[in-house]
Amino acid sequence: MKFTIIAETNGDVLHPTTYQLIGAISNIGAESTVICPNGKGSSEASKIKGVEKIISVNGDCFDLFDGGAWASAINSVCEGTVVISASPNGREIGSIIAAKRNIPIIQDVTGISSGITVTRPIYSGKATETLKITGESVITLRPNAFENADVGNEAPISVINQTTDLRVAIIEAINKASERLDVTEADIVISGGRGMGSIDNFSHLESIADSLDAAVGASRAVVDEWGMPHRMQVGQTGKTVSPSLYIAVGISGAIQHLAGMRSSKYIVAINKDPDAPIFTIADYGIVASWEDALPILKSELMKL
Amino acid sequence: MNIAVLLKQVPDTTAKITVSNGKVDENSVNKWSMSPYDEYALESGLQMKEKTGGVLIAIACGPERNKKMLTDAAAVGADTLIHISANGIFDSIQVQNFLAAVIKKNEVDVVLCGKQAADTNSGSTGPGVAEILGAACVTMVSEVSFVENDFISVRPSVSGTEKVSTNGISVFTFDKGVSELRRPNVRGIMMAKKKVIETIKPEDLGLEEIDSQRVILQSQNSPPEKEPGQIYEGIEEIPSIISKLRNEANVI
Repeated sequence: MKFTIIAETNGDVLHPTTYQLIGAISNIGAESTVICPNGKGSSEASKIKGVEKIISVNGDCFDLFDGGAWASAINSVCEGTVVISASPNGREIGSIIAAKRNIPIIQDVTGISSGITVTRPIYSGKATETLKITGESVITLRPNAFENADVGNEAPISVINQTTDLRVAIIEAINKASERLDVTEADIVISGGRGMGSIDNFSHLESIADSLDAAVGASRAVVDEWGMPHRMQVGQTGKTVSPSLYIAVGISGAIQHLAGMRSSKYIVAINKDPDAPIFTIADYGIVASWEDALPILKSELMKL
Repeated sequence: MNIAVLLKQVPDTTAKITVSNGKVDENSVNKWSMSPYDEYALESGLQMKEKTGGVLIAIACGPERNKKMLTDAAAVGADTLIHISANGIFDSIQVQNFLAAVIKKNEVDVVLCGKQAADTNSGSTGPGVAEILGAACVTMVSEVSFVENDFISVRPSVSGTEKVSTNGISVFTFDKGVSELRRPNVRGIMMAKKKVIETIKPEDLGLEEIDSQRVILQSQNSPPEKEPGQIYEGIEEIPSIISKLRNEANVI
């Protein structure tokens, strides 16, 4: 069976997810063709084990994001099962390629075995399902759910040029002065809930986040009630995160919140209510107020 | 302007999902609701309808219970209610073909839906339908308006947000919108009860209602149980927890 992977890039270099896409397919014993949109990251990708060949698809359409145009440019060189990141852009491009080829798409896969059988979370992680795919499909893989492929290869790179009409035009870019990491990108996330008392107290989480290179998240309650930005919201109607370490502070652990963070590798919960549901999924629970716990947490981290 | 809003009925986000015999037990779901992001699509559709004097067509695909959700949409202002009555297990492209066929039949100018549904969490429907219709597609928008023959929407970008324009038939998938969701008033609820729901079967659209042969459900399961963690009263153990996270788990 043939696999075509569409590389995810971050500016001019490969996004770390691309190593995971290649690793996932190589683990089921297959080699892949990797497509690099606009050639970005192509020489880096050619050095990853498990890559049979690289195709750089170049064109003006890649200057801005138009999923329809990207999919049109990429689709003609896709063969077999198409694999792409379950990032927002990956999901859109994947869906359009699937519709072009009149084949199904299975999104947000967290496990894959040959055959092909895939596992994915459903109901925002309240359940999982295992699907057997017969024939061609598009599969998007959840970032951080697969091991990185190793480096040590010299796959050939070919280049094709495509012209595709853009349907979307950017008329205004609105930059936000937020240098904080996105909760879905960070390796460590520290989130606050209603137990933090007020929006001002999030500064305590931010200062710990800065020392850990972590992102700051929030529960739905504080996003809705205190007007924190929705992009910080972790949970079923916010972001789904799976960092190595998730620290929940003053979050009771409503079912919607647990759905968004339960796949984190390690979970630390700080809450003064010993019966808070968050403790049912925490690896380490600290029954204490944030006022007591955060200063010592911070000073211990500073010692590292 | 004909504005189509695609609505999906899902277990309420507060509902507990139970699994029995390798399958999610839908009968145990205590409350079915409109998928949260679809609510923002509906709100934006209602605003666009008010500004342009258009018609809002609410479309849902699924079993009989979807009619309740369509009536709820009518209570806040949906004009036409279309229920695609389909009960099988369909893959993404099958559902997209059902929806696209109804959209084409109704000569729609713009399609709005949620960025993903709260059950599958996929986000395939909007872009897939756009491709089948030959429409422009913008995903994860927070607002859309119609200005001098163009649709202007706001979506996230690497550095913040960006305003983008599309021309001609366009599909927008909604993240959380900027507007407050409206609540139905008594008059709206009463009027909605009288509203006729048009029911269409896939075969009426020249499509087949057969379970997907390409994606076969093997099993559904509860999420893997975590080993019970260690819970400590008070803050004394924080240094040892940090040390374990550092030296055993290697996560900091």
